[in-house]
Amino acid sequence: MYKYNDFDEAFVRTRVAQFGDQVQRRIDGVLTEDEFRPLRLMNGLYLQLHAYMLRVAIPYGTLNGAQMRQLAHIADTYDKGYGHFTTRQNIQYNWPVLKDVPQILSDLADVEMHALQTSGNTIRNVTADHFAGAAADEIEDPRPTAELLRQWSTDHPEFQFLPRKFKIAVSGAKHDRAVTKAHDIGIRIVKNDAGEVGYQVIVGGGLGRTPMVGKVIKDFLPREDLLPYTEAVVSVWNLLGRRDNKYKARIKITVHENGLEEISRLVEERFAAIRPTFSGVDQELLAQIWGHFTPPAYGNAPYDVFKARLATDPVFRSWADTNLTAHKNDNYAILTVSLKKHGETPGDASAEQMRVLADLAEKYAHDELRISHEQNVILPHVHRAHLPAIYDALKAVDLATANIGLISDIIACPGMDYCALATARSIPIAQEIAERFDELKLEHEVGPLKIKISGCINACGHHHVGHIGILGLDRAGVENYQITLGGDGTDTTVIGTKTGPGFSYEEITPAIERIVMAYLDLRQSPAETFLEAYNRLGMAPFKAALYEEATAHAAE
Amino acid sequence: MSRRFTPKVVTANHLLEGDAIWLTADDRWTRDMCEAELIEDEAHADIRLLFAASQQDVVVGPYLADAVAGENGPEPTHFREDFRTKGPSNYAHGKQVELS
Repeated sequence: MYKYNDFDEAFVRTRVAQFGDQVQRRIDGVLTEDEFRPLRLMNGLYLQLHAYMLRVAIPYGTLNGAQMRQLAHIADTYDKGYGHFTTRQNIQYNWPVLKDVPQILSDLADVEMHALQTSGNTIRNVTADHFAGAAADEIEDPRPTAELLRQWSTDHPEFQFLPRKFKIAVSGAKHDRAVTKAHDIGIRIVKNDAGEVGYQVIVGGGLGRTPMVGKVIKDFLPREDLLPYTEAVVSVWNLLGRRDNKYKARIKITVHENGLEEISRLVEERFAAIRPTFSGVDQELLAQIWGHFTPPAYGNAPYDVFKARLATDPVFRSWADTNLTAHKNDNYAILTVSLKKHGETPGDASAEQMRVLADLAEKYAHDELRISHEQNVILPHVHRAHLPAIYDALKAVDLATANIGLISDIIACPGMDYCALATARSIPIAQEIAERFDELKLEHEVGPLKIKISGCINACGHHHVGHIGILGLDRAGVENYQITLGGDGTDTTVIGTKTGPGFSYEEITPAIERIVMAYLDLRQSPAETFLEAYNRLGMAPFKAALYEEATAHAAE
Repeated sequence: MSRRFTPKVVTANHLLEGDAIWLTADDRWTRDMCEAELIEDEAHADIRLLFAASQQDVVVGPYLADAVAGENGPEPTHFREDFRTKGPSNYAHGKQVELS
């Protein structure tokens, strides 16, 4: 993985020192809140409902054991013993006090981490496929590209006061696991007919108040044009973007209002102007970055111990069937560790759990960990022979839940339990749904089903692309939950469709249960997934199950 | 016609800890909403909010929140303000344990 050079180290340390000084001046009353606010946001520090919240970047979701252990140390020392992994491959600490934040940032810098540009109207943490470097369907590891973009976008002088935030995701595989079409820019690593590797560029996607599926602005971009082309896109939007209205400021609106053709023309014009200023130093840098991402030395020992455990332990087998994904090396597997134990908070990990994950990564998994946008932790390179030992260690700290991709593997934003912007709670809804289906023992019977919950219209919980999406709103001073069906966050991105009137806090779990029961009745066979059944049948039968029963109940 | 004024409290976040606090009638900031000053008069509310806004070195983002008179003092009327008096629902953290 990437190692800081002297420049990176000095840059991050300087920013920590600057922010330490700024915090002191705020505490001393020299800076007003209006002056301090933009400074703290530049360093990932929010003020939320009950406390400050520090959002720490995990660039493209990659970290090593030492970094994970440091995250645990921070959770124990400055917070309440846990952290919350988010849908943007960040970790959030919910309870730091102001005076400790500079020291937290210093502790992060000790392990080459930071909170830069995790907030504010800048280019945010660049995200990537969480199976990067390991997936069997990969064309190329997306992380060197993401790291190049991270370095380019960090403190980019032209892009520190953008119309709004700007999010870039990179995928290097055949299957899109990075939701690239729901980002301001999505970059997909592709091969052209000549066998050359380059980039497909998608622009103007995004969720939030006005969800839009990104559009392909460039089918094939040569590798060496990535930075000038990306810079041209951001630059065109920076001038056109609607600074008059924050709800219309994102690039999706700019693309929508001006049309892809016009945006493309302007981007090409800008690209032609700035391309000559890129001397090729970025490609030299990229070559150096690649040196940090050499694949691990895979072992080829036999894995009879794994096969034996599969044959004798059905619980282990269920976990292996659900949580493992094909690795590019047949002796290996990609292991997704669920942070979604039934009844727990999606994405939360205790300091103890983080330490166990750090130990396991170092001992068994080539010292690599990933955080997924689905709020789970991944050990990307696990030799199958180690899986029984890993399973036992995970089980001891409640991390062996076999539910990846199933109904209880729910994405949920922090919602009104923490977030100052939220209009309703998300976490307890996720907890209740997960517990309900665990109680019914139906989870594995139901099969692949993605529920995604947001506690406000900003859609941090990606509800628009959930097979079942739930949006929490404030309706006349009461929490109300709107359901969408048929969303899809993969290559075939689809924004879900609203079912109709929303449900109260008490009604929402039974409502979800009615939809799922309808699916079980309607599916042609257990092989037909929820999304396939929905796409075949449309909204009508699900809507009938959802509302007719509710109406009948109300009439009793 | 302007809407009839409904009772309010002045609330904010504490600068150092970041948690929810309320303004009392004797110009203190309290972590227990019951001790807050319930303001029934609009002009007085404006004055109290101005006073709060002048306390830049203690509080962040003061605003007026709806409240009603309860048995032990002011109580929130909206669920968001209610959560601010308690803390999150997924862990026993925040005021629900700190005040008891």
